[in-house]
Amino acid sequence: MTLQTIAHSETLIESSQKFNPVRLVDRIFYWVTVAMAIAIGVILLWITWSLLSIAFPAIAKFNIGFLFSTSWNPVQDSFGALPQITGTIVSSIIALLFAVPLGVGVAVFLSENFLPSKLQTPLAFVVELLAAVPSVVYGMWGIFVLVPFILPGLQTIHNLFGWFPLFSTAPSTRQMFATALVLAIMILPTIIAISRDSLLSVSPQLRQGAYGLGATRWETLVQVIVPSALSGIIGSVMLALGRALGETMAAAMLIGNSNRISASLFAPASTISAMIANQFAEASGLQKSSLFYLALVLMVLTLVVNVLAEIIVSKFQQVE
Amino acid sequence: MTTQSDNVLEDIAPGTFDTEVTSGRKNFGKLMTGLVIGCVVVAILPLGSIIFMLLKNGLSRLFQDFPSVFTELPPPPLVDGGGFSNAIVGTLITCLIGALISLPVGILTAIYTIEFGRGNKLSQFVRFCTNVLSGVPSIIAGLFAYGIVVLTMGNFSAIAGGVALSVLMMPIIIRTAEEGLKSIPSEVRQGLVGIGATNFQGVASVILPATLPFIATGATLALARAAGETAPLLFTALFNQFQARSLKEPIATLSVLIYNFAIAPYKNQNELAWAAALVIVALIMTVSVLSRTLTARKVY
Amino acid sequence: MTNPSTRPNPSSATLSEDIVITTENVSIFYGAFQAVRNVYLDIPKNKVVAFIGPSGCGKSTLLRCYNRLNDLIPSARVEGKVTYQNIDLYDPKVDPVEVRRRIGMVFQRPNPFPKSIYENIAFGARVNGYKGDMDELVERSLRGAALWDETKDKLKQSGLALSGGQQQRLCIARTIAIEPEVILMDEPCSALDPISTLRVEDLMHELKQRFTIIIVTHNMQQASRVADYTGFFNAEATEGGSRFGYLVEYDKTESIFNAPKQKATQDYVSGRFG
Repeated sequence: MTLQTIAHSETLIESSQKFNPVRLVDRIFYWVTVAMAIAIGVILLWITWSLLSIAFPAIAKFNIGFLFSTSWNPVQDSFGALPQITGTIVSSIIALLFAVPLGVGVAVFLSENFLPSKLQTPLAFVVELLAAVPSVVYGMWGIFVLVPFILPGLQTIHNLFGWFPLFSTAPSTRQMFATALVLAIMILPTIIAISRDSLLSVSPQLRQGAYGLGATRWETLVQVIVPSALSGIIGSVMLALGRALGETMAAAMLIGNSNRISASLFAPASTISAMIANQFAEASGLQKSSLFYLALVLMVLTLVVNVLAEIIVSKFQQVE
Repeated sequence: MTTQSDNVLEDIAPGTFDTEVTSGRKNFGKLMTGLVIGCVVVAILPLGSIIFMLLKNGLSRLFQDFPSVFTELPPPPLVDGGGFSNAIVGTLITCLIGALISLPVGILTAIYTIEFGRGNKLSQFVRFCTNVLSGVPSIIAGLFAYGIVVLTMGNFSAIAGGVALSVLMMPIIIRTAEEGLKSIPSEVRQGLVGIGATNFQGVASVILPATLPFIATGATLALARAAGETAPLLFTALFNQFQARSLKEPIATLSVLIYNFAIAPYKNQNELAWAAALVIVALIMTVSVLSRTLTARKVY
Repeated sequence: MTNPSTRPNPSSATLSEDIVITTENVSIFYGAFQAVRNVYLDIPKNKVVAFIGPSGCGKSTLLRCYNRLNDLIPSARVEGKVTYQNIDLYDPKVDPVEVRRRIGMVFQRPNPFPKSIYENIAFGARVNGYKGDMDELVERSLRGAALWDETKDKLKQSGLALSGGQQQRLCIARTIAIEPEVILMDEPCSALDPISTLRVEDLMHELKQRFTIIIVTHNMQQASRVADYTGFFNAEATEGGSRFGYLVEYDKTESIFNAPKQKATQDYVSGRFG
């Protein structure tokens, strides 16, 4: 046999040292995978570096003051990002205020046997599909459906509580509040999906133990199950926050890109990503550089939130 | 603590415990059940509304202009009719470029972290980077591609759009490929070593084929995500009123078309935006459902 | 109890045979933990050698050092000298892939590849550079593993669709297809039913005409049925409380079962053990 003669006519060392294309391919393959693994890290550094290098003129000129200045004046080359930073944070926090109770409520509902499983699984599936709806579609829905729908109600609130700073301006068609609502709807699937997973992963023994003590379903849920799943739920909230902070399209379409910080939720505002999306095409020189500086701020912001989420979720996995 | 009585329960004075679940506890339960059902209703409303409006506004335009919406170019302002054929082609092309970049890099990375360096320092570092990468806002992926492709090539292009999308697809592909590789039992790897196969031979002809359903799932999930992305394309692929003639030209995509036409003050454009939105959502949903059926075909 | 580490080769019975593998003062470590201590043992050509002993005695660990499978565990380390055809297997110039071509292995749990029956066999031959008639090789290997009659009509079916016993014989066919000189078998029947076990044992008798076989088994009857030589391994606790395995006795199978020289062997083979 051909094989046998190759295998046995020479000693192990001879055949090991002979040039062997198969072995060469294997070595190359190994090093290619190493290179690709390293490339993932390189891409991350590259992203940071490419942002930094273009942002550098703005960083050099405005320094840290960029973060606290409200001026955005391409004519005088004077730029500051405070309205965008506040807008990003405020819109995300309002979105969380709506989405977290709603999302956790739905997650509890979907993790318990309120519904027969025939209905429950499709419902959970629909929630996941909604996470796949593009943000530009949410933005368009916001413009054409949500804003016309809520405007009369907001007008009434303004009429009644206009003395209160948050409602002090007549509701504009492009405004902070509507943006935050759309963001809330967008991050809802994230919160529901991850919270539901962590609720489902609570050990059934815990539940049986609580039932065994005579606790009702809701006493068990509120006092045992939800607290056990808390780190997973918080992790989901952090991930959703990360998504809300970085979301571009809904904000670019709905927030109105006003460069003023207004106490009123019904007034136009701006976010970092919306600002970049709106101004990038016409920007050049120091203005473009300032937009990259803004992007860096956003990157750091989301990085901090995501790393925190990572830590919280991995803690939850260890407990599991 | 020794008790005089053998039966502990006898020592409890009558009336210490309620003899039945009190109405207060029952009402708390009812209140909470009502509350979560309320949550579900409130959550379903906007989501249902989106789907309803998509179907209502999108379908009417699709039917009214069938099949010209799929074959004609976008109309200039104040001109009736038109379609988005170039945007459909553009979405497919940019997604394809993204997949061509991210699939090999992602799969080879996963092969390293699971087959060669499971648990070592580099694998942990890659895991960290993958997590960070999946949290990078999509607009930043766009700025990155602008910085490295548009600025070097000198103009906006389909390639730049694809590069931006590949950054967003990469973490999804790495994760699903890792899951797939982890699902291969270690006995199979031992068997491969036992017959004298090199790592490359084993991975290429046994392990990777067995992982294929997972990789297909990852690829479809990544494509579903990329197809809907707008922000990374705004300053990379830009837009094109016409069919792009080369990959080095700006190219139209469905998502950017939706953005441009939704904020345009013209009714015809708005209608086309809804129709395009329906097309892209239908595309993404199909692909997502497809990815589920793919994972169901596991080898192990 | 004699100290095993000071005892030289406990066997002289094999010296008259043609030796394929020698084991000289071999110790195997996992990190700081010593799994196998100071083994001297020679494997004669075209014989079946069985390793028996209680679990945790290091018999599988030793088996896996003959085809350098322990290389896959990063913390594993082999001390001493293992030679195959007078070449040190752990010589840095030796390629472990080359070793595994010549020293094949059948595992505890059947592990066919997720490919067709035909491809399961052809794959191994192909990676080892076989250029002859593949159909003929597949048939010959399946016949050699006594699986041909059952599978000749369904060679295109997945190897995973076979029964456990058939899967294990497929793995044997896959191994003999690459024409190794030595076949290592790590408890090949432990996952099989008695009838399948019998078929694999019959197969071993035929295979030793062409191959040298080393089999690890925890089934003493199996060792007495199939093996020409048997090594008995035992485990002992150190002062620190961790256990290490060592070779107690190695001799012709009849001697081990009928006239063991060591008391521990006597206890084990007569069932008075653990």
